[in-house]
Amino acid sequence: MATHVLMEALSPTMEEGRIAAWLKQEGDAVQAGDVIAEVETDKAIMELQARGHGLLRRILVPAGASVEVGRLIAVIADASEDISSLVDAPRAAAPAPPPLAPATATPEAMVPDDRQRGGRTRASPLARRMARERGLDLATIPGTGPGGRIVKRDVDATSAPAMAVSAPAAPSSYVDVVPGQLRKTIAKRLVQSLGPIPHFFLTSEIDMEQAADARASLNQLGDTKISFNDIVIKVVAVALTQHRECNAWWTPDYVRYFTDVHIAMAVAIDEGLITPVIRYAQRKSIRAIAAESRELAERARARKLAPDEYTGGTFSISNLGMLDISQFTAVINPPEAAILAIGAITEQPVVQDGAITIRRRMRVTMSCDHRVIDGAMGARFLQTVKRMLENPLAIVW
Amino acid sequence: MNTAVTSPALDANRRDFYFHIYRQMLLIRRFEEKAGEAYAQGKIGGFCHLYIGQEAVAVGAIAALRPDDYVFASYREHAHALARGTAARAVMAELFGKVTGCSRGNGGSMHLFDAANRFLGGHAIVGGQIPIAAGAGFAIKCRGTDQVSTCFFGEAAVNIGSFHETLNMAALWKLPTIFLCENNRYGMGTALERSAAVYDIAHRACSYEMDAETVDGMDVLAVHEAMKRAVTRARTHKLPTLIEARTYRYMGHSMADPIHGHYRTKEELEEQKARDPIDQLEIRLIDAGLMTADEAQHIDADLQAQVQDALRFSDESPDPAPDDLYRHVYAD
Amino acid sequence: MPTITYREALNHALREEMARDPSVFLMGEEVGVYQGAYKVSRGMLETFGESRVVDTPIAELGFTGIGVGAAMAGMRPVIEFMTWNFALLAIDQIVNSAAKMLYMSGGQVPMPMVFRGPGGAALQLGAQHSQAFDSWFAHIPGLKVVAPATPYDAKGLLKSAIRDNNPVVFLEGEMLYNVKGDVPDEEYTIPLGAADRKREGTDVTLVCHSKTVALSLKVADQLATEMGIAAEVLDLRTLRPLDVDAILSSVRKTHRGVVVEEGWPFCGIGAQVVDEIQRAAFDDLDAPILRVTQADVPMSYNKQLERLAKPQPQAVIEAVKRVTYRED
Repeated sequence: MATHVLMEALSPTMEEGRIAAWLKQEGDAVQAGDVIAEVETDKAIMELQARGHGLLRRILVPAGASVEVGRLIAVIADASEDISSLVDAPRAAAPAPPPLAPATATPEAMVPDDRQRGGRTRASPLARRMARERGLDLATIPGTGPGGRIVKRDVDATSAPAMAVSAPAAPSSYVDVVPGQLRKTIAKRLVQSLGPIPHFFLTSEIDMEQAADARASLNQLGDTKISFNDIVIKVVAVALTQHRECNAWWTPDYVRYFTDVHIAMAVAIDEGLITPVIRYAQRKSIRAIAAESRELAERARARKLAPDEYTGGTFSISNLGMLDISQFTAVINPPEAAILAIGAITEQPVVQDGAITIRRRMRVTMSCDHRVIDGAMGARFLQTVKRMLENPLAIVW
Repeated sequence: MNTAVTSPALDANRRDFYFHIYRQMLLIRRFEEKAGEAYAQGKIGGFCHLYIGQEAVAVGAIAALRPDDYVFASYREHAHALARGTAARAVMAELFGKVTGCSRGNGGSMHLFDAANRFLGGHAIVGGQIPIAAGAGFAIKCRGTDQVSTCFFGEAAVNIGSFHETLNMAALWKLPTIFLCENNRYGMGTALERSAAVYDIAHRACSYEMDAETVDGMDVLAVHEAMKRAVTRARTHKLPTLIEARTYRYMGHSMADPIHGHYRTKEELEEQKARDPIDQLEIRLIDAGLMTADEAQHIDADLQAQVQDALRFSDESPDPAPDDLYRHVYAD
Repeated sequence: MPTITYREALNHALREEMARDPSVFLMGEEVGVYQGAYKVSRGMLETFGESRVVDTPIAELGFTGIGVGAAMAGMRPVIEFMTWNFALLAIDQIVNSAAKMLYMSGGQVPMPMVFRGPGGAALQLGAQHSQAFDSWFAHIPGLKVVAPATPYDAKGLLKSAIRDNNPVVFLEGEMLYNVKGDVPDEEYTIPLGAADRKREGTDVTLVCHSKTVALSLKVADQLATEMGIAAEVLDLRTLRPLDVDAILSSVRKTHRGVVVEEGWPFCGIGAQVVDEIQRAAFDDLDAPILRVTQADVPMSYNKQLERLAKPQPQAVIEAVKRVTYRED
């Protein structure tokens, strides 16, 4: 009995995939579970497993080509089977794995958690845990299990945020490059973001002397070296717990204010940009954040992040300081309501007590969605960030 | 084939031996009396089956064995453990459930074990130990050595399946096992004539072409001689024997059962007490000038002191620790 | 590597262990002159002689007790029950003597012995000859219970069982004796207490043992081909002690479980497996764990009814569909 090899939905937001490489050739023997191809999705390179056994009789889509999710890309069958009907008229999927296309939330008054509803929400223990980890409200997820039970695929199917982007510079002489999946997604998202969201920008200049001293002495304490970025992540996370109005999502029907802070940190990779998320950053030690951010960045650069590792952020941070940018404005990552752009730390002449002195200074620029955050709200948040960086003990005050 | 055995004559050269078995029987008697008291005081729990009146059987039989022979018994086995050499302290502490007991408190009255003395239990299912004893005989035969295994069981056990299955195989395979039936006439409250189609237990051996003897279980020397014959048969000729020792227990089946009443009369009990095995030996020894009344009293005082010591030791010994709950479920 | 039958694998294991250790002997009905009721002990009387391959009368309680006594006196008996149905007659010695001797004696008397024979249903043998008592014995502390599914596992596990210093209940199957598989000539053992992943998968864990392993593997093939469901097949191999870690790590990966067992449903092995999973992996479950068992009836003689009573592939597929929420 022939097995249809389909382009599978390998990430929550994937609509099409590019065959990066076939790992088996026509005629090879294949067992269920064997990895037969590498597929480039909108986020990462994923392995495609055979779901049947036999010989890989025909490859219908060559390496390098892209097809939409659900299309037939190859056929596995016994040597003697007649597969002409399959290859001559390639059909869209026979029963495919459950579709993981994004779905919009149901129109409900905002409820922080399902305990406030009358009656219990039926959900599998796994679905509950996943929803909790992703900051999703079970009450808003439609369940497709028996009796309306919410199960894993239902949680996977809810919308998840994509990554922040910054515009790349164009070369003067040119060469045409077909955008990879990641680049295509960035492009699409940019248009979706900068267009409809009413951005405004707040800049703050922060004195970094005490932060620099604190970092130096902390790095004497143990093996985990912490960077300025790790400190900024921690400070932003704690400040957001004091300014929850900036730790929010805008959706068509409600604004969701999060209790926990999940910081999406922008990581530059060869093909573009991706934002791994550090969850519960407000609770984690700087040490833990340092280790996690390093690990996530490494895996991001190797394109080995799982979808639930780059979705679900409540606030984004983008740092171009290491590339000598003194200040920039970043584009918000919807449905988040804000993003903080960090510039380089440089020595500047500063007036203090009537005299000029040289101090290390850093400029940060917050982009805010005016539908969620007003000028004063954003400013007060930035004030707290500034205060904590200029006086690090204020983090635990 | 039944052989009635008359009591052997005394031999002055064997005075030490007579003192030995006298001491053993009296120790058992004093021990069991105190165990009964301790049970009534709540220091011994569960079931407690006393051997009082039957001392001649365990002592007379075990005296004919070597240290490397195997002994198996039922749940009425305090006497057999003591006769085999287990210390009175270890037995009493086990009855009290203390960790210093011979089974570390895990066995209690019905599951005394002393592997060093080859006393292998202490079995509570009627007839359970019968095939097990034959199994030890099988092992001896496999190894080609000359030990014997002995199985003590009550007369009610001769009606259970394992008795028939075992005696058949022991005779068929010629195992060096001695099956010693301690016939005290009553199961819990059922007289043998009400439960056995064939009252003469030794007679059953002919079903298996097995040698058998009936012996007066109140006469320790008679028991001893019968056992010596069986031991020789097993050790030398690798043949099993069924011995029926007719004896009597003074107490109820267990401490929780009536001493007399529905199932036997007080008169019968008194009649049997007149044939007390310890008294009988004592009288014979004194009459033959091999023991004085003084010596007898001394011995008694000494043994009572031993039992008192065992009681005190058991009172003072600790219980097993809670962690011991999970020990010894599996061997390494 | 040689391909041999399950029966031959057991024969080799017995021979190797008896050659290695003179205290090991085999005892049971028809094991010697008749060459074994199911030919597991073929040729062994000729090799080892009648003191080590012992034909018994029909007296399960008696010869099992004899095995117990021999173990107490330092031997390592292998007691064969012609089928496990007959072991009911000997259960007093297995449970009250063998399982408990070490504990009752405060650690003085270990019981190194193996009780083995075929269990569970075969083909139209009727109610009294078709019983799987796996959970009866797995219930008893002091016993170990093993149920190999393949020739490779059977040989390795029987050798370990014989070398184990505890009483081991070793469950074979008339329907397994002819199964063929690769078994190396070289010496090897398989430790008791270790499950074996017979097939890797990601969507659901099929927990099985003995005859249900082959069934589960076949079903897994069908699930993959027809429904794109990648089932993981976990062969328990030992029922007591249960390899709980293997079960949990598989279910944590697949989030769904179906236990496939050949005994009756009430208090069967699967009930224990389900309890272990729900206690320790509650938050990893996307669906309740389901069980496919024999029907809760004595086994009929009739061929059709017997087939209906045994765990069916379709029942396993239905269970998998329910736990994966597939309507198709």
